[in-house]
Amino acid sequence: MRRILIITLAIASLMLWGCVRQPEKWTHEEIKYIDTGVDPNTWVLIPAGEFFGGQFRNLRHLRKLNYDYEIMVTDVTNAQYAKYLNEALAAGKIKIENHQVKGFYPGEEYTGFRHERKIGPGYYLYYPLGEHGTRIKFDGKTFTVDKGFENHPVTMVTWFGARGYCLYYGWRLPTEAEWEKAARGTEDFRAYPWGNEITPHHANYDLSNKEIRKVLGVNHGITTPVGFFNGKKYGEFQTVNAVSPYGLYDMAGNVWQWVADKHERMTDRFMKGGSWMDYDIYLRIWAYNSALPYNYYINVGFRCVRDVKKETPQEENPSGENVEK
Amino acid sequence: MKFIKERLEYLFTSTKGLVLVAISLISLVTAIWGTLSGPMVEWGVRDLTVRLLGMKLDPFFREGRIIMLYHTIAMAVIAIEVYLMTSIIPMKRRYKLAINATVTVGYLSSLIFGLGFAYFGRNWILHGLFLFGLSLMFFTGLLLAVALWPWNKEYYVRSPEYAHTKSGVDLERVAFFTMVVATLGSSLFGAVAGAYFGNGFETFLAENTVRFAHKTPLQLGIIGHLHIMLTLIAVAITLIVGRWLDFKGIYHKIAMPLMIFGTIVITIGVWMVVPFELIAHMIIYVGSTFIMLAALMLVIYGWRKLIKDRLNELGIEKAGFWKGLKALLHDPLKFGALWQMVFMNFTVSGVGIFMAIKLDEIFRIWPWREERVTLTGHWHVLAALIATIILMYYADMVGLKGKIRQWFGWILLIGSDVAFAGATIYSLKRLFVKAYYQEPVVSKIFLAMDIGLAAVLVILALLLLWRLFDLFKGEGVWKREKENPEVEVPRTSKEVLSE
Repeated sequence: MRRILIITLAIASLMLWGCVRQPEKWTHEEIKYIDTGVDPNTWVLIPAGEFFGGQFRNLRHLRKLNYDYEIMVTDVTNAQYAKYLNEALAAGKIKIENHQVKGFYPGEEYTGFRHERKIGPGYYLYYPLGEHGTRIKFDGKTFTVDKGFENHPVTMVTWFGARGYCLYYGWRLPTEAEWEKAARGTEDFRAYPWGNEITPHHANYDLSNKEIRKVLGVNHGITTPVGFFNGKKYGEFQTVNAVSPYGLYDMAGNVWQWVADKHERMTDRFMKGGSWMDYDIYLRIWAYNSALPYNYYINVGFRCVRDVKKETPQEENPSGENVEK
Repeated sequence: MKFIKERLEYLFTSTKGLVLVAISLISLVTAIWGTLSGPMVEWGVRDLTVRLLGMKLDPFFREGRIIMLYHTIAMAVIAIEVYLMTSIIPMKRRYKLAINATVTVGYLSSLIFGLGFAYFGRNWILHGLFLFGLSLMFFTGLLLAVALWPWNKEYYVRSPEYAHTKSGVDLERVAFFTMVVATLGSSLFGAVAGAYFGNGFETFLAENTVRFAHKTPLQLGIIGHLHIMLTLIAVAITLIVGRWLDFKGIYHKIAMPLMIFGTIVITIGVWMVVPFELIAHMIIYVGSTFIMLAALMLVIYGWRKLIKDRLNELGIEKAGFWKGLKALLHDPLKFGALWQMVFMNFTVSGVGIFMAIKLDEIFRIWPWREERVTLTGHWHVLAALIATIILMYYADMVGLKGKIRQWFGWILLIGSDVAFAGATIYSLKRLFVKAYYQEPVVSKIFLAMDIGLAAVLVILALLLLWRLFDLFKGEGVWKREKENPEVEVPRTSKEVLSE
């Protein structure tokens, strides 16, 4: 009996010991730079057409986007976001207040529904400086990226910050439908951007963490450079060329991606794609996550879309039934 | 032939045999299906299980599979509770036989064909037989309600020690009856919504809709259904434990009206989720407070009784705190069953209340994915706590004694509580650790949880292996149980009934 008590106490002590180790101040990290050979400045055309949205193979879920658009082939990287911050700061489009990069948002409708938050016009958090997990730092003049993280997807960026980036360049965040079409294509009905099977060689997610740590030389879970899963071998780790039918990288795993949609009576914004912290179920095309637009996380990033023709984006449902967007 | 016939007779006609079969099947399903998630996936065990058994894990149907798995396990747990009820509550023999036969076919059909459909091929016949099983479970409930009818004078209580009305209606029987009727209504509540979502297999997990501003009435129906069913399973086991420990006296008289009223209020509250979602929660809080107070009465009574009985056994008339505590902890099975009800307040009710109070301030600041972990965590813990209470009762029922009883009881209690405490801490980790530093914390919590769960599974496996080998003995425990098939509780003893 005494032994059981000792074991229990030992386990409890272990747990407590694990809980208290948390440094006050964030120390920026450096890691080995890995060139994936994928250019994050590339865009791809998604032509107008039908696609299956969501989880269920049913005509009710057949959707159509009647316009062409272009989407980034990869998530926005730290280097791209730092470049934007420097440009936007110089142009007076953002400001720095209490170690936070902030930008203007015109506000949105507030109905007072349960759990809804009031978002009036004003300056909102884009990116927290010096926060644990950030990869971009500011020396008072310039934003720079931690060594080795230049081509990793930017994280710790809020929905406002993601939107701000896209708008600055005349682009926008993808809608959920645009994101799903870009991830799934029109040819078939698939669970992941590359098909229906997933292994640790397809994406950066919970199961691939162990191998990725070895490649990156770190002892914790982490993002991978954009386009990492492109069929290349990194050390002993062979990746699969896990692109979507349109050739997009990282549409499953690595980081969650903010999407544009504002749902009625909800302040939360949605994210798609799953991340390095998640199980495979969250990497399925229809899976989602959501959070308040002014919050930031170590596993959330984004990519942008841009319009090809100046037509009002409109979603149609060819089956003739109403589809909630 | 006689060898097999005798054993089958024991397993499928005696209460103790039926409970053993159901526990064994749940353990088997838990052991196999447990390899499909958690660390087993990382260790490659999932792939092995899938290959060996020829499972089909289509990513499109995961939600449907999980729902069927929950239902199959829940049906087996309900079957165990039904077996115990038909054994420990006086009722006509013909009802008892009909109920046990129906529930056995019901849960076996839903378990075998449900898992067959969900994991081994989407064959319509299998799905139909799964629904057939569920329908039989419902029919069992109807029979049970008839059998438990509390206003049958045959079952009136005369003893002043047990809660009853002036005319003699047994309030404990009313509590059982209320729980059964509430379960019947609540299962219909789920069946209506389930029929819609199941037809076409557009299934969803309730926790996935938690942040949607607009939920359809059928989605609300599903959310209400899963909550009330688990609550009623918990109410049932609380009442059963009361019988086991011969709950009586003043605490019983306070507890039974609370339990009856609480069950009615909470059930109405949950049903109200569909038309009046905003006020339904207030009603649910009121109902759950009554039920928890009733459970508290049982715990106070039970622990006092454990201390008193043990001190009497030792011939001690007056004892201090430590002697009292030692006496309380003397029997880990009876103490444990009640302790789990207390522990539930830390890992389930406490978390739930904290979530409700701090929802906008804390939990809605987290990404939904984190809130989901807390939501799924708390009800998995509640379900598993109920399972451990059943196991404690079963271990007592099969007559574990001496050191084996001590080892089994304490390992089950400490192992499960370490695991459940770990699960609770894991689900609330964002309160005390930033995401960037969570990994070492999570690893340690998982280690603790794995050790706890492994301890529980090993001790359970040993118990079941013993029972399996015992079946091969000519004069094993099974033989004694076959000759004495009912679960004995003081309230059904001749002395009490003839009072």
